[in-house]
Amino acid sequence: MSGAPTKTARAIAAAVQTGELSAESSIEQALEAIARRGGLGAFLRVDRDRALAAARAQDRGRAAGRDPGPLGGVPLAIKDNLCTRGLATSCGSRILEGWVPPYDATAVERLAAAGAIVVGKTNCDEFGMGSSNENSAFGPVAHPEDPERVPGGSSGGSAAAVAAGLVPLALGSDTGGSVRQPASFCGIVGLKPTYGRVSRWGLVAFASSLDQVGPLARDVRDAALALELMAGPDGRDATAAAVPVPRGLAALEGDPRGLRIGFLRDLSEREGTEPAVRAGVRSAAEALAAGGAAVEETTLELAEYALPVYALLATAEASSNLARYDGVRFGRRTEGGAGPRGMMEATRGAGFGPEVKRRIMLGTFALSAGYHDAYYGRALRARARLAAELDAQLARYDALLLPTSPGVAFRRGERAGDPLAMYLSDVFTVVASLGGHPAISLPAPRAAGALPVGVQLIGPRFGEPLLLRAALALEERGFAAAGVA
Amino acid sequence: MGRDVIAAAEVRRIAALARLALTEDEIPRLARELSAILDYVARLDALELPEAAPGPPSGLPVTRADEPAPSLDGDAVLAGAPQAARGHFVVPRVIAP
Repeated sequence: MSGAPTKTARAIAAAVQTGELSAESSIEQALEAIARRGGLGAFLRVDRDRALAAARAQDRGRAAGRDPGPLGGVPLAIKDNLCTRGLATSCGSRILEGWVPPYDATAVERLAAAGAIVVGKTNCDEFGMGSSNENSAFGPVAHPEDPERVPGGSSGGSAAAVAAGLVPLALGSDTGGSVRQPASFCGIVGLKPTYGRVSRWGLVAFASSLDQVGPLARDVRDAALALELMAGPDGRDATAAAVPVPRGLAALEGDPRGLRIGFLRDLSEREGTEPAVRAGVRSAAEALAAGGAAVEETTLELAEYALPVYALLATAEASSNLARYDGVRFGRRTEGGAGPRGMMEATRGAGFGPEVKRRIMLGTFALSAGYHDAYYGRALRARARLAAELDAQLARYDALLLPTSPGVAFRRGERAGDPLAMYLSDVFTVVASLGGHPAISLPAPRAAGALPVGVQLIGPRFGEPLLLRAALALEERGFAAAGVA
Repeated sequence: MGRDVIAAAEVRRIAALARLALTEDEIPRLARELSAILDYVARLDALELPEAAPGPPSGLPVTRADEPAPSLDGDAVLAGAPQAARGHFVVPRVIAP
């Protein structure tokens, strides 16, 4: 990393607003930084010409008196499972290689309408399935601070791009932790909104009862601003809830006085949580208490069942959602076998990577005749109990505190041969995913040379203002990304 | 839910349902991995569960007025297909000549 402070999206937009910085030079700086750190593998595609043209158009508009918008001139990176009109979208998969969407995802469209300029598409685990970005068909992403380590996943490219200072803001998607866990590994902020808060139109579906689009940013207020700008109902997505979007999120204050925080201490210190992570979460509880919040230790009895429930539901839904890659409608076709069925089997066998196949197989099994009730049905009912327990705890507390992931960024290859060890990286993030609750990961303070540790807060459903207030209280007490200005 | 161990024949049965061509090396590996994952999820057996499965989250789904609105351009959609002709997707022959 350069060591120079990296500007927030708000600082860039403010400078563009006053004319101190042109949108064109803002985008040029981002494109140069992306080229300089090409070795990270964070970007699959850079949209240089269109980004520069959009920036110049914005500068001309400003000269003519038009407002560049709250994100005017801000370089934005988009995870490659969000559709971008005219810009290939592969989901990190061979099966979609070369596919160019004819439309923009709603989240992308809304941030662009607010002035953000898309500079490119970021690498990710294939279809969002993974916790290390090692499952991309187009190569891994390096951790910005240690090239031997993973950046987390599945939004690994978006997290690495923000952490390395290439862009101030990126979009990811979070099904079981795919925004929060890489934010934790890379030392930045990652927000998963409430299920239903942000439209999924144009987000390539993985598990539809869990998927949410979320921002990765260098501070809480940038994440809050991005959320506010992209949230709200959308006639193209029946799961974008008709709930009013809170305004002024980026102007919230982080006063911890009066906040009730439930510290999930037993869960946080379960076997397998690394000492640095335990220390990070404990220091968050102490910082909030010292600031005047009422912090109490509490439990979530059903949390130990969250990962098995997630494994069954997410794979069942994936097996159904990924049925659409049949060699007919999108991407690649592989000839083979007899008739349409043979072609489909050959296309899917050649086009999907090992993790995607594993999940399709598990999900197909869990939904198949004779096993449906025992696996999928039980998991659905267990999910309802877990969600009810979370709701009860979040009636008692404004936010729950726990780690984002049990460990820090691990070495590439370390867990590649052991799917269960990889899934355990998400043991703390799947909890809010199953409940549909909003959750945020923040970087804990760290010693020089230590890898980032993320702490997680879970808020009440559609209670983002409360969640962000608690997050800001931590941020003001040193739970912040290094070198942000 | 029991501790079902997945054998190679079961892997082939599931792969056929999933329309997934697997190689001979993939089959024993998937049998091993799926068995390990099912063994892990078997901890759900210990949980007491409500009788009824839950419905969708409150307030969802949201439906819009049933009125015609512009949609995607057909040619633009077909441009992303592996094979298309005369406004249609092209698939391998379904009925033998």
